Amino acid sequence: MSSKGAAPPSAAAADPPRRTGRREQRVAAAVLLTPFTALLVAVFLVPVGYAIYLSLFSEDHEGLGFGGGRTVFTGLRSYLSVLQDPSFLTGFGTIALYCVIFVPLVVISALALALLLDSGLVRMRRTAQMLVYLPHAVPGIIAAVIWLYLYTPGLSPVIKLFAQADITIDFLGLHTVLPSIVNIALWSGLGYNMIIFYAALQALPREVIEAATIDGAGGIRTALQVKVPIIRGSVVMVCMFSLIGALQLFTEPMLMNQATPMVNSRFTPNMYIYDAAFRRNNYGLASAASVILLIVTCVLSYAVTRWSGRRERRA
Amino acid sequence: MTTSTPTTPVKAPQGPPARPLGKPFGRSKLTSRGIANAVVLIAALYTMLPALWLLLASTKNADALFGSDILSFGDFSFGRNLSDLFSMDGGLYGEWYVNSLLYAVVGALVGSLISVAAGYAFDKYEFRHKEKLFGLVLTGVMVPPTVLALPLYLVASNIGMVNTFWSVFIPVLFNPFGVYLARLLSSGYVPNEVLEASRVDGAGELQTYVRVSLRMLGPGFVTVFLFQLTAIWNNFFLPMVMLSDQHLYPLSLGLYTWNSAATVSPEYYPLVVIGSLLAVVPLIVAFVMLQRYWKSGLTAGSVK
Repeated sequence: MSSKGAAPPSAAAADPPRRTGRREQRVAAAVLLTPFTALLVAVFLVPVGYAIYLSLFSEDHEGLGFGGGRTVFTGLRSYLSVLQDPSFLTGFGTIALYCVIFVPLVVISALALALLLDSGLVRMRRTAQMLVYLPHAVPGIIAAVIWLYLYTPGLSPVIKLFAQADITIDFLGLHTVLPSIVNIALWSGLGYNMIIFYAALQALPREVIEAATIDGAGGIRTALQVKVPIIRGSVVMVCMFSLIGALQLFTEPMLMNQATPMVNSRFTPNMYIYDAAFRRNNYGLASAASVILLIVTCVLSYAVTRWSGRRERRA
Repeated sequence: MTTSTPTTPVKAPQGPPARPLGKPFGRSKLTSRGIANAVVLIAALYTMLPALWLLLASTKNADALFGSDILSFGDFSFGRNLSDLFSMDGGLYGEWYVNSLLYAVVGALVGSLISVAAGYAFDKYEFRHKEKLFGLVLTGVMVPPTVLALPLYLVASNIGMVNTFWSVFIPVLFNPFGVYLARLLSSGYVPNEVLEASRVDGAGELQTYVRVSLRMLGPGFVTVFLFQLTAIWNNFFLPMVMLSDQHLYPLSLGLYTWNSAATVSPEYYPLVVIGSLLAVVPLIVAFVMLQRYWKSGLTAGSVK
């Protein structure tokens, strides 16, 4: 299994350190890599391969027959039915809408906070960082529970507060449920992203800022026209991880699904997969949907990496 | 904007490095200071108030949770809730807590050992197809764990491992981001000269790794460990797919089932609240204690 780590010597192998034998180093590399490679094969390559294989077949039996069913090769038919299923496409639509609201919101607010902290105008910077970061240590499901309770009429102090001012707010309505989910993600991710930006800002050479100041740029102009462009790499990274994170959306809507009919059991692609596999027992369909989601994720991250790479080079 | 900036070069300030230079906001500095602090304060309130609500709500029984003002302590039943929590359903919550600790602490410990070893090998050794294999690692970083969960379930069900401890424990050991991070940290923390010196002394490669390099990688190890601990503690989709035996559930899945039970029998509401509160504690403690490590990890991941 560890053949990759223990590969035979290659003529092209780059400069070997002198003293100990190359052989010993190869053995060491193999030993250190074997556990990880085994995991890579067992929990990544094999499952993905198996999902692709399964997506090409369909079980012919009725109900929950064990072993009795015939497995029929159906080629790309499962893919076709997934792609023609409006509820699967709606799931991607939901994700797209979620991204349109969430990504700008989290990037801009995290960046603004990081710039404010970096500007030196803010007192108690470390405490502020810690306080804003802490929700990230709250597990996703618990963040969702907290906010679900804050959205639930009768439980929520927020709704009571609004009610006292004669404002009725329904956080779980048709048009509010997605923003409500975005809010949970923002609450969890704000501090994490802020610290990524803040760390990048702290690494900026001070001479650059100094030069901008000498040129007469004010604080806001320095922030927007000097600091932000330099940490563009971090901004792109945060965007990419937010997009990939969005494709995983499962926990929060799954919980919302218990509380409001506005979130159905196929609200996001992940929920569609869960529904297809465990409520409809259609593994072919679920596998095809998984593979499609996998491809979309890979294409998306590849595109963003390429795009940011090009921007980087041009700069 | 360009009013009072000095034309002679400003000397770099000798104070703390993060200090701003010149007068960032000119005459309106006082107001901008006020605005900046207000904005950060609002952000901190936004992040802290829901957590505070969780704390206050855990002191209330079911009636008070729905009835009373959130800020009142009228019906203080924290202790009651706590004992209810651990006695409900035959003490399931305690089992979930132990499970979560096993999955997360042991899993993160073993997983980060594996990741750090691999990252170190990628950094220090040359072997065939190295960069190709590393490309696979990077793909693994990009692929969301939820996409893998169903395929994993299918494989596990084929080999009869579904609904066992291992069906959740083994997959969470796989941490490609940890390998990526460890490679980066290894090149930063372990100078190649140290390896050379150790070789001159006649130490074997693995001996050097265990006795010398691993020690220098200590802070990096903690970083990888903490990231993985959080990820496993947060894990929800995989256990949900794999497990049907409630005694194997981690906290996340257990609280989820209790929450769905609460829609029918409201006596579960206070338990979900206080159960959530207790479930957050270990991570908060870990984060506060290991603050400087995860910060360095984030920095290593974002700034190069």
